[in-house]
Amino acid sequence: MARIFAYILHRGGVTDDSAAELIAAAKAIDPTSSPTAILAGWGPDFDLACNSLTASFNDVWKVANQALAYPNAELVRQALVRILPPESIVLALHDHFGIDLAPGLSIKLSAQFVSDVLAIEGADGSSLKLIRQEFGGQVSAHVMCDISAGAVINIRPGAFKPQPRLVTSGKVIDKSAEVGALTARRRYLETVVAEAGDVDITKHSLLVSIGRGIQEKDNITLAEELAEVLGAAVSCSRPVVDAKWMEKSRQVGSSGKTVKPKVYLACGISGAFQHLAGIKGSPFLIAINKNPKAPIFQVADVGIVDDLLEFLPELTNKAREFRGVAAK
Amino acid sequence: MLGIYSPHNVVDWLVPGRNLFLTLHILGIACFFYIVSMRIVPLLRAQRDPRFDRPLERLGRVLKFWLGQWKHPRYRLAGTLHILIFAGFILLAARAFTVLILGVNENFVMPGLSGRIGPIYERLTDYAATVVFLCMVVAVVRRLVFKPARYAVPAKYGKAHTADAIFLLGLIALLMVADSLFSATRFAGHVHNGEIAETLAIYSLPWMLATLVGSTSLAMLWFLNVTAYLVHEVAFYFLLCYRPFGIQFHVETSLFSIYFSKLNRGTIKPVRWDVPDEHLDQVKSFGVKTCEDFTWKHILDFYSCADCGRCADNCPANSVGRPLAPRFLTIKARDWVFQHYPVFGKANNSKPLIGNIYSEDEIWSCTTCGACEEECPLLVEYIDKIVDLRRGMIDDGNVPQSLQKPLKALESRGNPYGKMEKKRGDWAKSPEALKHGTIPVCDGKNQADTLYFVDSITSYDDRMQSIGRATARILSNLGMKFGILGAAEKDSGHEVRRFGEELLFQALRDQNTDAIKASGVQRIVTTDPHAYNALKHDYKDIPPVEHISQLLVREARAGNLHFNSVEQWLEDRSRVYTYHDPCYLGRHNQVYDDPRDVLDSIPGLHRVEMQRSRDRSFCCGGGGLALFYEPKEEQRMGVVRVRMAAEAGANVIVTACPFCMVNIEDAIKVAGLDGKMSVMDLTELVDQHMVRGSSDKAAQKLAEKTQELETVTSGG
Amino acid sequence: MEIMVCARRVPDTSENEIELSAAGNDIERDELVYSVNEADNYAVEEALQIRGRIGGNVTVVTVDNEEGEEILRRQLAMGANQAVLLSDESFEGSDGKGIATILKAFVDKGHYDLILTGVQADDGAAQVGGMLAAMLDYPFASLVNSITVEDGKLKVSREIEGGNREINEIDLPCVLSIQTGINEPRYVGMRGIRQVASVTIPTLGASDLGVSQGSAGKSAAKVKRVDYFVPGLSKCAEILKGSREDNAQKILELVEAKGGLN
Repeated sequence: MARIFAYILHRGGVTDDSAAELIAAAKAIDPTSSPTAILAGWGPDFDLACNSLTASFNDVWKVANQALAYPNAELVRQALVRILPPESIVLALHDHFGIDLAPGLSIKLSAQFVSDVLAIEGADGSSLKLIRQEFGGQVSAHVMCDISAGAVINIRPGAFKPQPRLVTSGKVIDKSAEVGALTARRRYLETVVAEAGDVDITKHSLLVSIGRGIQEKDNITLAEELAEVLGAAVSCSRPVVDAKWMEKSRQVGSSGKTVKPKVYLACGISGAFQHLAGIKGSPFLIAINKNPKAPIFQVADVGIVDDLLEFLPELTNKAREFRGVAAK
Repeated sequence: MLGIYSPHNVVDWLVPGRNLFLTLHILGIACFFYIVSMRIVPLLRAQRDPRFDRPLERLGRVLKFWLGQWKHPRYRLAGTLHILIFAGFILLAARAFTVLILGVNENFVMPGLSGRIGPIYERLTDYAATVVFLCMVVAVVRRLVFKPARYAVPAKYGKAHTADAIFLLGLIALLMVADSLFSATRFAGHVHNGEIAETLAIYSLPWMLATLVGSTSLAMLWFLNVTAYLVHEVAFYFLLCYRPFGIQFHVETSLFSIYFSKLNRGTIKPVRWDVPDEHLDQVKSFGVKTCEDFTWKHILDFYSCADCGRCADNCPANSVGRPLAPRFLTIKARDWVFQHYPVFGKANNSKPLIGNIYSEDEIWSCTTCGACEEECPLLVEYIDKIVDLRRGMIDDGNVPQSLQKPLKALESRGNPYGKMEKKRGDWAKSPEALKHGTIPVCDGKNQADTLYFVDSITSYDDRMQSIGRATARILSNLGMKFGILGAAEKDSGHEVRRFGEELLFQALRDQNTDAIKASGVQRIVTTDPHAYNALKHDYKDIPPVEHISQLLVREARAGNLHFNSVEQWLEDRSRVYTYHDPCYLGRHNQVYDDPRDVLDSIPGLHRVEMQRSRDRSFCCGGGGLALFYEPKEEQRMGVVRVRMAAEAGANVIVTACPFCMVNIEDAIKVAGLDGKMSVMDLTELVDQHMVRGSSDKAAQKLAEKTQELETVTSGG
Repeated sequence: MEIMVCARRVPDTSENEIELSAAGNDIERDELVYSVNEADNYAVEEALQIRGRIGGNVTVVTVDNEEGEEILRRQLAMGANQAVLLSDESFEGSDGKGIATILKAFVDKGHYDLILTGVQADDGAAQVGGMLAAMLDYPFASLVNSITVEDGKLKVSREIEGGNREINEIDLPCVLSIQTGINEPRYVGMRGIRQVASVTIPTLGASDLGVSQGSAGKSAAKVKRVDYFVPGLSKCAEILKGSREDNAQKILELVEAKGGLN
């Protein structure tokens, strides 16, 4: 079995939680494997991050280069190509960085690429069996990937149950010299931070979240009224922002905000993974959706199959009684 | 020969000025004709518009709307003022003409007014001039002191029109004064000389002026007379030549705008009048993008607007703060045409209208309710222009994202919701519906002679399907052999056309027409006024179509439909019903009484009328594609309407349109009147209260019930 | 600027309910409505807007059988200058790498300054753009939500977490994958479609492109979808089955119990 590498993201000296998920994925490919962590970066924070991984990885490959102070996927790809042995299997996270890095990496390594993987059923010789989703999560698919020439696999965040490891003799191997100088035809300039917005949804313990099922901008008042009575904030999924019905600062998801409420009310949200990716900390998830087959019901704790335009006003009325608030 | 026309030394006063007056005449008339011909230029460059048919009908409309000022009394005070002014002008026409000619030919007498009629006419017109003058005063006071809201000009449209209005009113007043002074001084001159002269009409303006100047010297009288004459002539020609530069042009153009007004209500003009449907592919550009894309009648409409603001005052979009006001659609267009086809200067090629004088939202905001057209005294048309402007935007791909989705769904699935075609008839197969018998699909093989055209919202929307089921039960109860088209039915395309997607509309229309013809039915009934309007006016060669209310009234009158009394109490208060006129049943098709008659046939139903009802009904917010568009507005039309119902003392609104139902139901929640106000469709109400069984049985039941009631009331 | 946009014909998920076929190994395709992949539509609109700003030419291509012509026509109606169908029996069954190989062969036949794809299509793979760039050895940026052209150089912003935007400068020629919401695509009406209905769309096959046997198509595919299935609902929500009132009450109790109220 080929060597398995896990590309680990880090920020501010701390590695991302996904490292443990990638370990789980590696184990699913080869239960006996001891995956090698790879990180790229620059500076004292980076050194810290690399060192911290020695607790869970036997080998931690460190690529330190000033050009990598900001994670530019083009440069990282260049670096990885120079140091990865042939026929390696590289695991990365299917996030905005992984999407940027991985497909091109697979070509440069002459390996295969499988994207957004939910589960790995195991290797059958040189054939790896994986599970993906298609059509916005409406159906799942079994996929076979020939890994004889190696593979780059993007793992869906949160799909694999984190498998922490305890390793006693982990060490950092500096691969920076092997990488050499990096030249990029894509240069990072700056990050424009999203405007703060009036409400910080990341600070609320209860979120009333709306999706496409709200149907019209005017119906958002139904959610706002409920939120007001319950002391919650209104958040939303991407389609609501695309339609310009709510500000971007209210979007929960992989391209929006990450929230950690105690209770999450998903109203008219289908349950696409990009949205769910923004919900961390396993809150109590209540789903209200007209479509009994909506994928959200597979991840929710409690579900109600009802028209949210009818249910929300009812819920608001009950909420007023519940909280002893007089109706307006 | 007596009479003020008798030439005497008094009239000789004008003789020295004859050449001057003649020059003024020639100049004035030449100027006027030149200006008018320049105003006609854009009409010649504009699109064709066949308005020369049915001359008798058109003349009839001229008599009703122009001479009869039919629409004016809708605004009592302003209407009365205008009728007086208009009547005054008509009466004064001969007098004004005579006075003008007098300067050149002092012996001139208007043919027909030389006998005894002459003095009578003179006295009449003395009063006419007085009345017009007084109306001017009232009008000026209205403008300056009372400032009616509908004249206001929001900042984004420029500065107020008050100054111009006052100027014009003042000029007309001046004209009246000049005319009156001329008569007064001549009379006084006669009196001074001891000649016989007809007395001026007592208490008229000339009379009062005569009293004022009577005692001055002859020389002064001569001076005043000539001055008055000159002022009259200058003012007259100034007004004549000034009118085509502003709103007063309607004085000349109103006759034409009314004669050439649209005769076929309810339908939309074709893309090009001179291009039949089959050749539309050859047209380079669809719709109106520049002002030359309008038809000549539309440009004439721009000229004819009197800036009265009645349209905008009744426009529901305007009242809820959408960026649309019909009045300014016209005024801006008029100014644009004036600017690009100036009287003095070169005509320059005009730029696109959208982005320069119109915004996209402005044009998409219209629900095509027709309130503006209903109100306009000059019969200016709006809906065709809005549709043409939308056609232009569609042609350029400039469509809001919110509308693109339903349009695409209509193209691929035949309904704006994107639901599957094969499920269109499923509502009729539900256990609820089947309880009362199957609803067959008309495919030409079964015996159905009546088609129930359901249309998209009633077929697919969970709430509106109850209208479909209620209708099916009603039609069964009446013993009718009916069916639906089921999956073969496509959206009627009514809003598709009115939102500018003409070719998509034609595709839907053609598919529906084929299905209807294949079904072999003899008549069509529908519960959707939009479908009704489409089938009646936009479709050709299909069996006659009725709205359910018309059918119900007919059946009730024939004794086939009887009702049980209505439930009187609604929790702790009595039910008070009010009927909301849907735009496409009421205003566009003038079906006002049938639904009311149905309601009134239900015993015990207490019905009130909202202040704005019938042709002044207030649009609920629009139907079809209007439900998808996201307007910029301050509040919803439906909410305004629901408050009107509450104000009228009602707690149940009855509608006869599924879109009105959607909007009003929604509005009740938004307005916070949930529980205090409810809404039902006419069919649901009828379904709940109609006596079931054969008509004989129904009559018997009714007789029994009436007996019962009598026993109760007499016994108690 | 010569711009090429890679588009794909996909089932329109907003108008379709995706269900498994009776046989259980594919989705039910009979009643599906197809259209151009949403992100690709945004990409074409972006290309047209760039052309509108700085001039140039927009070519739309797709790898498909002849049904792909449908979406190419729509993009022509939208305003693209040319459309090309890349179709060959030997292309069938290609995996992502195969598609990228075919596209690369097309790019090599011409010269393009900018190549755009949508971020992802119905399979959610988000791969073709990145692969194509690597094969061409062009710089690449994904999840692009804004493009500005300044003196022959491109400034692109990428969508990253928290609604933030990563601004990059990228050299031409390059490949970008475009995210939905970057612009407001113009409407393509019936009229536009009718006008292009009879335009011939050139089709290029394997030999035209120089795509050798075994570099694309089923035989070359190393990543293969075996089947479709709907997972057994092992962990799924407890569906409340009461009246609307009861459900509302229950929800509030749960919200309180789980610490949602403060």
